[in-house]
Amino acid sequence: MTRLVWFELIKTFTRWRTYIGFVAFCLIVPLIVAGLKLGGQRSFERRLLSLLQNDFVIGGNVLNGWFFGFFFMGALWVHIPVVLTIVAGDQLAGEGNAGTFRFLLTHAVSRTRIVTAKFVVTLIYTAAMVLFIGGLTLGLSLWAFGSGDLLVIRRGILVIPEQQLAFHFLAAYGLATLAMFVVSALCFFFSALTDNPIGPIIATMAVIIVSILIISLPFELFQKIRPLLFVNYFDAWQKVFDDPIPWAAIRRNAAILTGFIAAFFLMALAVFTRKDILS
Amino acid sequence: MSDTVLRTIELTKLYKRRTAVDRLSIEVRRGDIFGFLGPNGAGKSTTIRMILRLAFPTAGDVELFGMSLKKARHRALAKVGAVVEKPAFYGHLSARRNLEILGGLQRPVTRRRIMEELERVGLADRAEDPVRTYSHGMNQRLGLALILLGEPEFAILDEPTTGLDPQGMKEVRELIRDLARERGVTILLSSHLLYEVELIATRMAIIHQGRLCVAGGVRELLGTGPAEVLVKTDRPEELLGFLRTREPAQAASLQGDGVLVALSPERIPELNRQLVGAGFSVHALVPRRSLETYFLNLIEGREAPPTHPSPRGGGVGGGSG
Repeated sequence: MTRLVWFELIKTFTRWRTYIGFVAFCLIVPLIVAGLKLGGQRSFERRLLSLLQNDFVIGGNVLNGWFFGFFFMGALWVHIPVVLTIVAGDQLAGEGNAGTFRFLLTHAVSRTRIVTAKFVVTLIYTAAMVLFIGGLTLGLSLWAFGSGDLLVIRRGILVIPEQQLAFHFLAAYGLATLAMFVVSALCFFFSALTDNPIGPIIATMAVIIVSILIISLPFELFQKIRPLLFVNYFDAWQKVFDDPIPWAAIRRNAAILTGFIAAFFLMALAVFTRKDILS
Repeated sequence: MSDTVLRTIELTKLYKRRTAVDRLSIEVRRGDIFGFLGPNGAGKSTTIRMILRLAFPTAGDVELFGMSLKKARHRALAKVGAVVEKPAFYGHLSARRNLEILGGLQRPVTRRRIMEELERVGLADRAEDPVRTYSHGMNQRLGLALILLGEPEFAILDEPTTGLDPQGMKEVRELIRDLARERGVTILLSSHLLYEVELIATRMAIIHQGRLCVAGGVRELLGTGPAEVLVKTDRPEELLGFLRTREPAQAASLQGDGVLVALSPERIPELNRQLVGAGFSVHALVPRRSLETYFLNLIEGREAPPTHPSPRGGGVGGGSG
């Protein structure tokens, strides 16, 4: 199994398309940081002060690197799925499209092992992408705006001391990775259904957009189906910035997200192990 | 050790309402170069995909080395190497890396072994080039290198010379012969190129519309039923008259400097004696029955297959024939 995973890693990480997401965020994030540095930060400050200055005395470096690291996480989580699907959608459908399954599956290796190896690599890529984006946004923000306590405006105002922030961010990145695993697992499942790598990307994004719409609209019917949608649990990472941290709710959300991942993987396995390779 | 390498038993594949393969029973014996013939769309590739478990049969079974694929797929397929249709590799990776990955799925292969096989197929000097820069012929040869790397007992080659230039076809055919001769590999060679099968196969099966038409030794099958002989003589017009006035009259026609006579190959010596006895100088007697005429006659129903109902050889196999 280790060798299969290694081979899948070679195949995935020697393709230029694997790096599209990394390159895109390497361009976008410094651009946004530069924009913030060249005036955007002041606009943030004005809005923040207009919100808080009547009730609070604001002192020190509030709009610091941690603050913008937190801001980036909130802003980018809907964009990350787009780059994740490029690789996840290609894992099975891409090989089908290229015809390489004709060799891969005739060499007496079980389909279950091949699908599992591909899934493991998909998760590795997903984790690498989320952690890269987290590291890039936080690193650049801290470099550009310095350090300090984190001001969190979420169900009230909370100030998290600087010395605790590394733990909060690590936990948040871990939960964000778990949420993005669900996106990749869904796309991987769609990839098992087709030989066209574009299809899974479109299907996954369609599911995410529709799901976000459903959980955002306050209709009674939509609120009823909300618990059935995985995007409903994507905000688990934000909970680690609450005080006190609601560990029970976080554990529940994490368990549900893990359940979705397992379900999508098993569905992909069930489809692929019975699939006729005709390409 | 079982003499039978491959046996398909009433193998059937339905795609929705279309029957791609219909109760196909064929048998490949150890040491065969088995030609698997049929026009495009006859069901050859579907059959091969079922043999390799790329596709699942609707009914029937496949036995490899006496083991049912339903029960011992991995053990049975471990002895098989295959190139199905156009060889498809990871284009962004080098040939060496492709062989390392695809040849190393079951057990690791050393760089030395990979280079040996690349050398064998004439690709050693391009080993580090991305496969996307390879020509179709080079891809075919790389496919054969992958087979060689696995040291299989049974190789399945699906249209291995399709799209190659004459030189490439010759090289691939040589490699296939060497595979059988030097390494003792049993080969199933699927093709719609009849002369190719005639050139290298020892036994063959012909399928049409998913059904087995005939199976048997190439020479035996070509030696049965009506055929033609080109008789080259000093007086072709007189010979034509002689043949037409004989009892029974012989179907014959002038062709170039000879006469084309409808005659089965086993009656050639008798004809020769008669012509010499009648005072003709016979310069040559050239049998004109080829696999192509046999195949076309069979497919178009002008010729009935031999009547022994056995997928092993010399007869019709499959439930519906």
